[in-house]
Amino acid sequence: MDLMEFQAKELFAKHGVATTLGVVVETAEEAKAAAEKMGGVVVVKAQVKAGGRGKAGGVKLAKTPDEAFEHATNILNLTIKDLPVNRVLITPATPPEEEYYFSFLLDRSNRQYLCIASVEGGVEIEEVAKTNPDAVKKIAIDPGAGVDADKARAIATEAAFPEPVFEQAVEMIEKLYKVFVEEDATLVEVNPLARLAGDKLEALDGKVSLDDNASEVRHPDHEEFEIREEADHLESKAKDLGLNYVKLDGEVGIIGNGAGLVMSTLDVVAYAGEAHGGVKPANFLDIGGGANAEVMANGLDVILHDPQVKSVFVNVFGGITACDEVANGIVGALKILGDEAKKPLVVRLDGNNVELGRQILADANHPLVTLAETMDGGADKAAELANNQAA
Amino acid sequence: MSIYLNKDSKIIVQGITGGMGAKHTALMLDSGASIVGGVNARKAGTTVTHKDHDGKDVELPVFGTVKEAMTETGANVSVLFVPPAFTKDACVEAIDAEMPLIVVITEGVPVQDTAEVWSYLQGKSTRMIGPNCPGIITPGESLAGITPHTITGPGPVGLVSKSGTLTYQMMYELKDFGFSTAIGIGGDPIVGTTHIDALQAFEEDPDTKVIVMIGEIGGDAEERAAAYIKDNITKPVVGYVAGFTAPEGKTMGHAGAIVSGSSGTAAAKKEALEAVGVKVGKTPSETAALAREILQGL
Repeated sequence: MDLMEFQAKELFAKHGVATTLGVVVETAEEAKAAAEKMGGVVVVKAQVKAGGRGKAGGVKLAKTPDEAFEHATNILNLTIKDLPVNRVLITPATPPEEEYYFSFLLDRSNRQYLCIASVEGGVEIEEVAKTNPDAVKKIAIDPGAGVDADKARAIATEAAFPEPVFEQAVEMIEKLYKVFVEEDATLVEVNPLARLAGDKLEALDGKVSLDDNASEVRHPDHEEFEIREEADHLESKAKDLGLNYVKLDGEVGIIGNGAGLVMSTLDVVAYAGEAHGGVKPANFLDIGGGANAEVMANGLDVILHDPQVKSVFVNVFGGITACDEVANGIVGALKILGDEAKKPLVVRLDGNNVELGRQILADANHPLVTLAETMDGGADKAAELANNQAA
Repeated sequence: MSIYLNKDSKIIVQGITGGMGAKHTALMLDSGASIVGGVNARKAGTTVTHKDHDGKDVELPVFGTVKEAMTETGANVSVLFVPPAFTKDACVEAIDAEMPLIVVITEGVPVQDTAEVWSYLQGKSTRMIGPNCPGIITPGESLAGITPHTITGPGPVGLVSKSGTLTYQMMYELKDFGFSTAIGIGGDPIVGTTHIDALQAFEEDPDTKVIVMIGEIGGDAEERAAAYIKDNITKPVVGYVAGFTAPEGKTMGHAGAIVSGSSGTAAAKKEALEAVGVKVGKTPSETAALAREILQGL
């Protein structure tokens, strides 16, 4: 899960990383009130999970509460990288004297952690990385050894933090590593890490990505970071039903078992769609191993409520899952949904107990269900049906 | 011949008394694999009974520790069906016991736990497969994991894949040829055995004539494998990559399956593989057809 800036800063504060929390608001009136209370110049910052907020006009300085109102009004009307801005963060404006970059992240290629630090520029780090790569230090972190005070000092030395803020940098590096490991993050980024007036080091912005597996296993408190109204309502519903679902922009609903097979099914449907009016897969939905009637009904329930969906392709390879259970699941699901199920279903079953599964579907003889012999054939049929329905 | 797993493999199950552990211990026994016991500290000294391939009851001892299980049974493979919260400790225990091969089936392991296990493993004798994987099967000889043993038998195809069901699908597509070994390396961001490890092992295995490599979006394992193939693999390799239609920034089921910016895309992976002469299918069936063509020419 990616966090918004204000959430990242909450985690920073929890672990003692110097930052200014500010106030998060959802209306321009609240923004004005917050600016009044803070006094002085404030920054109004769009809170969305996307980079490049400044360039998109999502970060503005406001000298007066009225200006804060005006900026908040504009920013709350913005869409940044397809994400609507639903809240802004108001913080006192603290102009940095220098900007640095700092991050810890999971380095999956090398199966370890990586620290990236640069004292040459903060927000322009990508430019620095291109024009002056030597100024961007990459330091490998052994997950077994971690970052203690000595390692933090070594990192600060290699990154060459200037003397007036060096000790603060050492302390902050140790604390940021605490954020990284104790919150089970895959990314903790401070950009800019600012040197403010009086040589005070502070995290002016923050980006944190949390490991969903770890949140599930040992961080029940991370649930509060989930901002539901921004998620697609179908995704939200699927999540409540415990389904592994991703909404896409297309017409063919997909249900399958196993992440790899479902991803592959999306691709095969997209290829098949090229011959059928360019229809595309409408979603990713992995029902996993135990595809019983309830799971299948929940899956169909979500997909059939997607107004974009014109047909559904159920693609199951019964490895451990038995095809007869899947078939019973489909029949049961259609019973549960009754008249709500109106869209045609193409079902391809293979593997464990396939004959029995196909027999069950044949016997049920549901008017909406078409059986397919192969994955490619099923994808083609589902694309064709979606295209016919759309026409 | 085969890679990593053969008829002489003696397998124990960590988590043998749990739901998944019990179910798959029975299925592994049914495949004919030599399962010699299990581990659960709280149930040490008890036994569990399952049927073997011939329908005869097999009583399996449950040990308190991996070390004890190895001493008593001579086990050289451990399959882990341990809940994600305890997987790290279970792996460390098996590594400390110098278990030659551990196969971690568990899905949902925190990635930092896996990173720590990987760090701990360095310089030690254990090979880890997984986590979040279907395990490994050498058809007709042994099974350490959850791959259905009924799909196909032994043959000349070596298969390495990030995904379980795509492994099954590909075994099914090429069932008339059979497989030397099929290994599911897992869909997590960090796994113990990579495509490259498996490619190297298949290159050295005389019974593997054709290698099928299945990848998916996320990370750069496929690109690295392509570079490795160029310099080290003489056997024909056929590839497939899943996730061309995956949007950027969304995790597609597997924790590691995510396109970040322009990196980790299926198109980039396909291109990298094709650049080194690997034939890459657009769909699983097209991939199987490419492999079939090569197999028929052997």
